[in-house]
Amino acid sequence: MSLTQTAGTAIPAAWNDDGAPSVRVRTYWQSVGVRLRRDEVTLAFGAIVLAIVLVAIFAPALAPFDPYKGSIVGRLKPFGWRGHPLGTDELGRDLLSRLIYGARSSLLMGLVPVVVAMLTGGTLGVIAGFAGKRVNTVIMRMMDVFYAFPSVLLAVAISGAMGGGMLNGMIALSLVFIPALCRIAETATAQVRTLEYIEAARATGAGALTIIRHHVLGNVLGPVFIYASSLVSVAILLASGLSFLGLGIKPPTADWGLMLSTLRDSIYVNPWICALPGAAIFVTSICFNLLSDGIRAAMDVRL
Amino acid sequence: MLTLVGRRILYAIPIAIGVSIVCFSLVYLAPGDPLQLLLPPDAPADAVAMIKHAYGFDRPIPVQYVLWLWRVLHGDFGVSIATRRPVLLEVSGSLYNTCMLTLFAVPIAFVIGYSFGAIAGCFPGKWIDRVVTGTAVMGVSLPNYWVGIVLVIAFSVEIIALPATGMGRGGSAGFNPLVWADAQYMILPVITLAMVPIGILARSTRAAVAEVQGLDFVTTLRAKGLSESAVIRHVLKNAMAPVLAVMGLQFGYLMGGSILIETVFTWPGSGFLLSKSIINRDIPVLQGAILVLAMIFVATNLCVDLLQAMIDPRIRRA
Repeated sequence: MSLTQTAGTAIPAAWNDDGAPSVRVRTYWQSVGVRLRRDEVTLAFGAIVLAIVLVAIFAPALAPFDPYKGSIVGRLKPFGWRGHPLGTDELGRDLLSRLIYGARSSLLMGLVPVVVAMLTGGTLGVIAGFAGKRVNTVIMRMMDVFYAFPSVLLAVAISGAMGGGMLNGMIALSLVFIPALCRIAETATAQVRTLEYIEAARATGAGALTIIRHHVLGNVLGPVFIYASSLVSVAILLASGLSFLGLGIKPPTADWGLMLSTLRDSIYVNPWICALPGAAIFVTSICFNLLSDGIRAAMDVRL
Repeated sequence: MLTLVGRRILYAIPIAIGVSIVCFSLVYLAPGDPLQLLLPPDAPADAVAMIKHAYGFDRPIPVQYVLWLWRVLHGDFGVSIATRRPVLLEVSGSLYNTCMLTLFAVPIAFVIGYSFGAIAGCFPGKWIDRVVTGTAVMGVSLPNYWVGIVLVIAFSVEIIALPATGMGRGGSAGFNPLVWADAQYMILPVITLAMVPIGILARSTRAAVAEVQGLDFVTTLRAKGLSESAVIRHVLKNAMAPVLAVMGLQFGYLMGGSILIETVFTWPGSGFLLSKSIINRDIPVLQGAILVLAMIFVATNLCVDLLQAMIDPRIRRA
């Protein structure tokens, strides 16, 4: 009987021929899966996130109208007007279709910067943590400078100077997230760097890259991934804020933040229509938030 | 304590220099010639050449940075392209308006966030804890400027109770937050602004209180026979330091990050100034405002560090 248990829980399943209890061993990921499956709240919010992603992917098939086709007579009409379930916006475009299409840019702006920041920040953090000394000081002090800006301010400053647009918005958001992820990767790397098994690997002649790949990354990826997943909802909020300010997504693209900004001028005509894109942002953001909380609990990572 | 003050200030100086470098490079991030961005588009050619030389734009970039820093330290942040007024005047005027909102919003947020977080932390796992934790997650996920829009719809459109935007008849000159005619303009922005940190505050208070509850000294207090309310008093006092740190950060965020809320309410504060400067492509104002706001954030962090050390002697010794 081999005991290859890592972090999972052992459950006695049956008795062996020789009378010793045979132990069914769960790997780490199996126990994460079990914990996730028992957590109904996380599963429910995960399902909503999945639904939002599917809506974004299949937007052309789901949208009842063309989200860019306006009508001069049908502007700011109420719910249910001539088959428009949620009414129309200030240019007479179908609001439901625009909300459906808006999921695309929101998810894109929420996910791409976080992934970019996870890769660059994580790499920088591992380098800083593993190299130590001067390299560490240079990288981490640079991160401290970006840390010294409130996140909204940094995003606005960078995209404000570079000019609006989706790409610039993504660059700005990535820069906002890199310092935090770098710090987490650095802490995790520095914690294991001096441990004996790394010493042993080094003594057997393993190079730095090999050690990082086989012995360090496994300890770093978890915390970095968990923290990054909690940033998705922040990214969605920040991105919608940038679009709201006229940075970020450009009209006429359907985007929730941009819709909030243009519909805001019409609050005296049809007030509650203006609140809808914000509700979409809120629901998406909270679902990602709770999903991330659930995954963290299941993966048993402490930040 | 004095060495700690000195050490923290020494640590803040390189950060401040770094922040100034980031702000300086904003002009170079912008597409186009930095000189064109800093001057009105209709500036005559000889004036452009003169300013190019006077401001050192024909020199290497590190020299340009030193020259720029020297001017900034002497209060010369350049001139706004949109209003032709000195940037420093624009920023300082708007900063006053932002301060007014923040100074009302922060105590409200602190009292609500801290008390709910403390209640939740005292009863971990009970229904009240679940309600507070759930509400806090919602608060963190809310697009706060949208809350502002919803409040405007509810209180200025559906029931006409409060003004939707602006600062009232006199504008920012002569605005008196103690007079109802003026103060009513502050109510919705202050509520919206206060909503931002409540969720985070409640969350971190809950965590801090729960952590302190598990410490040995609390068990000792209970074993000594102290009444539950006296124990709670000790716990709350000990949980205060980390929460103060969070609060300080949030104060900095509100000073610098209220750009969206001020835009919703067209409140003429620093955030609204920033959003105007973005629309007008007024890079000198953008740069100046970001620099001042980031420096305020750095200074706030420094103050919070020192305040924490004053409250908690353990930090002083570390």
